[in-house]
Parts: sequence; structure tokens; C-alpha cells
Amino acid sequence: MTLWNNVKLAAIIITVAVLPQNAAADGPGIGKITNALTAEECSACHMAYQPGFLPIRSWRKIMSTLPDHFGEDASLSEADRTKIEKYLVRNAADRNGRNPRFLRRIPASEVPLRITEFRWFTHEHGTRLRNWAARQPEIGTLSNCQGCHRGADRGWFDDD
Amino acid sequence: MKILFIALSGLIVAQPTAANPARDAILKSFASEAGVSSFSAAAGKEFFQGTHQGGKPESPSCTSCHTKNLRNQGRTRVGKVIEPMAVSANPNRFTDPEKVAKWFRRNCNTVLGRECSAAEKGNILTYLMSQ
Repeated sequence: MTLWNNVKLAAIIITVAVLPQNAAADGPGIGKITNALTAEECSACHMAYQPGFLPIRSWRKIMSTLPDHFGEDASLSEADRTKIEKYLVRNAADRNGRNPRFLRRIPASEVPLRITEFRWFTHEHGTRLRNWAARQPEIGTLSNCQGCHRGADRGWFDDD
Repeated sequence: MKILFIALSGLIVAQPTAANPARDAILKSFASEAGVSSFSAAAGKEFFQGTHQGGKPESPSCTSCHTKNLRNQGRTRVGKVIEPMAVSANPNRFTDPEKVAKWFRRNCNTVLGRECSAAEKGNILTYLMSQ
């Protein structure tokens, strides 16, 4: 077997091993935040969650209630608030009329605010895993993606 | 001349933190807003280390997140590291007036359920600069 054949074989194995997992995951497709202001402001207290995690209506709600942001005052200047909301809305999960699978079972009248309460999230992070994570002082809370997914802020979640 | 030099070096060493024009300007603006000429690090310490009411029950004190030792890192409620508040451990602290205003506004609201007065902010800043 030549080296090239080995490389091809390895590529096939990797493809087969990785593809079905990705296809099975109904979660959102996530990349890296490309807006510097959004990355900086939203990562002051927690990892800056990528806009593709939530639909437009959720981001609008979050960005209009910053003085009481999950119990914390996260208020911004109006100029920064507007810029960040624009970026989040433009890159939200349902941007440009998209209808990703993970949003389909949620009625339009409902405004989901917590990524950790989505069905895909609780499915991929089962009860035992969630209970274990909550007991680890280095993780502390499920909101801390990077507690386990070291590259989460760059959009790498497939390291589990 | 030599004696003068030694005396001056002693003064520099005795200074708790290196002076920074941007930080001094922030402190000065608090002073003019509060109508005072100086602040009290002791009062700032009492405020920062103390327990308050009126804010969120999870964070009744500045130390809930920043910890009691200001030269150490703190942690937000969602586990993210907060760099030390003591200027001696983190020389870039309190050099951006907008950032200082933003975090006083947010954190006083979270801990006390109200904004802090200019006098309170000046005292706290003076305390953090002395650490």
C-alpha cells in the first residue's frame, strides 16, 4: 500500500466517523463571532454565544432587556446596543428566512431565551452529564461552554 | 544631591501604585462631581468588602465576584475569570473612563439595586488604587 492510499483510507475513516454525528446533531450550525464589538461586550461575563444559537425574536428580546439580563445589569450605551443587536439579528438562526430543524417545534409566539433549555441541548447533554457538570467547580454552570468545549468561542463544539 | 536622589527613590517606592494620568483624571472627575477634594480608602474598603441590601440576593457584596483579596482573580456568576481589581496587580485597571462608568453603573445596580454616588465611586477607586 502506498502512502497516498493510506492517506485516502484515513480520510475515509475520519469522514465516516465524523459525518453521521454531525448529521445526527439537530443543533444549530455555529461559527465564530466576526464582529469585534459583539465579541468583546458579550464575552465580558460569559462566553459570547454565537448568534446562530437563537432566532431573531430572541436576540431582539435579549437586547431590549439588558438592564435585567438573567438577573444581572448588563446595560450598554444605546450606540453599542444597536450595533450589537444588528449583528446578532443579521446572523441569527432564522436569518434570511431560514428554518433550522432545532427551531421548528417552537411556536412563533414563544421567545426562547436560554440556549440550555432547547431540546437539542438537553438531548446532547443528558441528565447525568448535566448533574456531573454542575458539581465541577471548574465548570460551575452549563452556561460555561468552555468548561468542557475548549474551542467553543471559535465555534468548535465537536470535541466531546 | 545624592541624599536628595535617595530621598526621591524612597518616595517613588513608597507610592502604592504608579501614577497614571487617565486614572487620575477619572478620580478628579468623581471629586468635582461629589464636591470634595479627596477620598477615603478606608471608606472605600468598608463599602467594597461590606454586605449590601437592595440588589440581587446572589451578589450582596462586591466580593461575591471579585473575592476579598483584590490581588486575586475573581469569577462571574457564570464562571468566567475576572482579572484582579488591585491596580498593583493589574496596572491597566481604571484607565478607560467609559469602561469605569459602565461597570460602576452595572455592578452598583446588581449589588445595591441603585447607582453609586460620585463620593462612593471615588472612595472605592481610591481603595482599589491603594491595593
